[in-house]
Amino acid sequence: MKTKHHIPSEILSAYSTGSLPEAFSIIVACHISLCDHCRAEVEAFDTLGGVLIDNEERANIDLNSFEQTMKLIDKQNNSCLASGKKSSDIYPTPVKNYFGGSIENIKWKSVGGGIKQAILVNTKDASARLLSIPPGAQLPDHSHKGLEMTMVLQGSFSDEIDNFYRGDVELGDDNLTHTPKAGMDEHCICIAATEAPLVFNSWLPKLLQPFIRI
Amino acid sequence: MIRENTIFYTDRAKSTDVLMSHMRKENKLLSEKNMNKNSLNNWSECLKRISKDKDAIAFRHLFEYFAPRVKSFLIKSGGSVTQAEESMQEAMATVWQKASMFDPQKASASTWIFTIARNKQLDAIRKINRPEPEELPWMETEQSDARDAIIIQEEQINLALAVSKLPKKNRDLIEKAFYGDLSHSEISKLTKLPLGTVKSRIRLSIDRLRKELGKKLQ
Ligand SMILES: [Zn+2]
Repeated sequence: MKTKHHIPSEILSAYSTGSLPEAFSIIVACHISLCDHCRAEVEAFDTLGGVLIDNEERANIDLNSFEQTMKLIDKQNNSCLASGKKSSDIYPTPVKNYFGGSIENIKWKSVGGGIKQAILVNTKDASARLLSIPPGAQLPDHSHKGLEMTMVLQGSFSDEIDNFYRGDVELGDDNLTHTPKAGMDEHCICIAATEAPLVFNSWLPKLLQPFIRI
Repeated sequence: MIRENTIFYTDRAKSTDVLMSHMRKENKLLSEKNMNKNSLNNWSECLKRISKDKDAIAFRHLFEYFAPRVKSFLIKSGGSVTQAEESMQEAMATVWQKASMFDPQKASASTWIFTIARNKQLDAIRKINRPEPEELPWMETEQSDARDAIIIQEEQINLALAVSKLPKKNRDLIEKAFYGDLSHSEISKLTKLPLGTVKSRIRLSIDRLRKELGKKLQ
């Protein structure tokens, strides 16, 4: 399946340079695990980093720097590298890593309306969670404070903008008020990252709570 | 066979008298080849030798070039001199350990080593957690084409050239971005840089990789 909704260049460059909050980096890592188009762009920014290293000044290194490094290498005693295991299921490896590599460890919490969420990360600048939305169910009508990114892992959702399928990313900002609705076929599972707590325009306060205070 | 004919050693390597004893066995032929002209190719060859033969001379060679640069990168990213030295050593040890995962058809050695240094920088100095994507499966096949590796390296040279021709303001921007010093509003300027050809070249390599992998699975 071909991804239709990609991640903008400035976010990909922020990912490459490490300027992106972790919550958003999860989505980029998941998206480029599925999307070669955006992966190539991230790696193009990395190439810029390669040029930077080539042009970098030469700092004085310690006299025994090389020997120390060889000692470190000996200590590593050839512990085998984690092989690039490919996730065949719906959760890309970057998500699984938040659950100790096993999706059985995902702790879903009901937030009402059949919708469930599981927090991936919550830092002061941004948070990310998994959302599971029953077929046909609607997320509360909300607008955003700051950036919101949502990526579909399973099923689909649609809103005023378009339809979104596995791998697709939707971006929301201050200007977007939308009402995402899950596709009818199956539960829609997605990752959502938000820069600041969502501000709901209209919804039951009890539903509001779990979304805001995570 | 290139392995016997170590064309990439410079006189700089000859002058290093601290080589460990087990390296002395190596028969190193020195060449007058201009290091800059060939450096990109040579580093790939070094990494191959580290991965295949645990070749400490090749590693030393790579170390002498990259270690001072990586350390400088880490200092400019906000690390103290002591911390930068320590993190640089760890990064270089990772280079050794992961050498077998270096794919010259996808990236130059400088780019690959940059990503290792960057991850160390985020981890140890800037304290930023940056989840990594799934590794692209990669394998060396019979047809693994040296041509692709050379093209990737040429792209890097072209990019370096393009960067060197940028106004100083823009070059500073790149540095600030990678040292973690760029504001969010500034970062969009990075996307105006001439990365188009590099990107499409990487894309081609990934496509080819996927195709070969598909063939293998059939
Ligand atoms: Zn994409």
